[in-house]
Amino acid sequence: MADRVADAVARASAEETARIISTVIRMTGDFALAEDCAQDAFVRALSDWRKSGIPDNPGAWLTTVAKRRAIDLLRHAGAEDRALRRVAVEADEPVEVDPDIDRDIDDRLRLIFTCCHPALPMDARVALTLRTVAGLTPAQIARAFLVTEPAMDKRLVRARAKIKHAGIPYRVPPPHLMPERRDGVLAVLYLLFTEGYSATGGAVLIRVPLLREALRLTRLLVELMPDDDEVRALLALMLLHHARTAARTDAVGDIVTLEEQDRSLWDRDAITEALTILRSLVPRAGRYELQARIAACHLEAPDAASTNFARIAELYDALAVIDPSPVVELNRAVAVAMSQGLEVGLRLIDALVTSRGMDDYYLLPATRADLLRRMGRRTEAATEYETALQVAPSEAEKRYLGKRLAETRR
Amino acid sequence: MEYMLFICTDSTAPTTEPTVRTIEEWVAETTDGGTRRHGDRLRPANDATTVKQRGGRLSVTAGPFAETTEWIAGYDVIECGDLDEAIEIASRHPMAQLGQIEIRPMWPIE
Repeated sequence: MADRVADAVARASAEETARIISTVIRMTGDFALAEDCAQDAFVRALSDWRKSGIPDNPGAWLTTVAKRRAIDLLRHAGAEDRALRRVAVEADEPVEVDPDIDRDIDDRLRLIFTCCHPALPMDARVALTLRTVAGLTPAQIARAFLVTEPAMDKRLVRARAKIKHAGIPYRVPPPHLMPERRDGVLAVLYLLFTEGYSATGGAVLIRVPLLREALRLTRLLVELMPDDDEVRALLALMLLHHARTAARTDAVGDIVTLEEQDRSLWDRDAITEALTILRSLVPRAGRYELQARIAACHLEAPDAASTNFARIAELYDALAVIDPSPVVELNRAVAVAMSQGLEVGLRLIDALVTSRGMDDYYLLPATRADLLRRMGRRTEAATEYETALQVAPSEAEKRYLGKRLAETRR
Repeated sequence: MEYMLFICTDSTAPTTEPTVRTIEEWVAETTDGGTRRHGDRLRPANDATTVKQRGGRLSVTAGPFAETTEWIAGYDVIECGDLDEAIEIASRHPMAQLGQIEIRPMWPIE
């Protein structure tokens, strides 16, 4: 019984937190107060539901408790009568689910855009989104980002204080700010996803929740902004990466490259969903749209050899225009190498090496090594693998490079 | 809400780009609209003096309190609805193009 209640509270936290907090903010205009009230409601649920059972509509129960708590706190703080009356009237409304779906959608969108406001530092945007929109506890967020719980608490407190003191508006941005702010929200969601996705070894178990939350939040955003193609493109991109999860590492946790992955392990449902989204998009050369189309080229091919690398190189060309970065250039060089010839690709990479300060970027020597290996220039390849090994960031990557190095020396 | 805009230099900003409007035009626009309360230019860091009282002794040093390559070239106090409005107003200042602008909310002493 006790576990059933704990489960119900945890589920309600994941599903209802955004709704509860956004409702209380709408009533009170106070972000920090709303979060405290939501927190109090969950604490009360744990004890009340054990005594009197889990309510039929946990969300409505929690929202009502949070609203009443807000009134108590405002009364205590001596809030103005008029403000208090407005809140009190709302709180006495019947506890049925808000029939006004539009208001509910607007409330949650406001919450997302406020949490991802560019005036907040990136780590605070991420933490706040996980806390208030996804309903994770500070302890869970702290674990996922490998910081202590007090440190995460402090980050959240500072972020809420800035929203209040700096006057960050609680609203969906007006149309002229929308493209930029929308991109800001997507950047937070994609960061969450890549943090979860790039986890390796022992970190996997700790960080996988980030991946799940990123997908869940992106689905929520698609639901809230159904007409926005870039939001849907980001969901497609995440699904295409996620589809390969089971094939990315072998039984002992070693990296399996895309080329060598067992394609029967890929999640066909996720790929189908992503490809359906991509087909419905009007091509606009959006950042996530291009990345999703690149991923789709890889996943649509029946085997690595039949991948359409010429098309991938074109897509990277377009991506380099809107998002010029060494990583994009490097990936473009690989696509060129695979479609136009290894020599051509290698020359592009060599130009990158001399033109930029990318000394610590392990993928540069690793990629160079890979092309040299394919060309049969084993001694040079071995030297590059050694360089890459010295700067590789994780154990899994080191093991992979070590294996390749041994092969080239054989 | 009331915000202070610190109009600052930025040595990395492009100097050749023509600005959309002059500072005088920005001042006129924001003052006429009732947004800008007051503001001014400041003499450069060369003309700054820093004062400290330590253990009953007065210390007066030449220059700003922090040695930085950038300095505050002026300030404006504006009144607007929220941070997004303040960002929009600051973004229209020519020094947003030629330098950088720090927005700080006022913290009135009760």
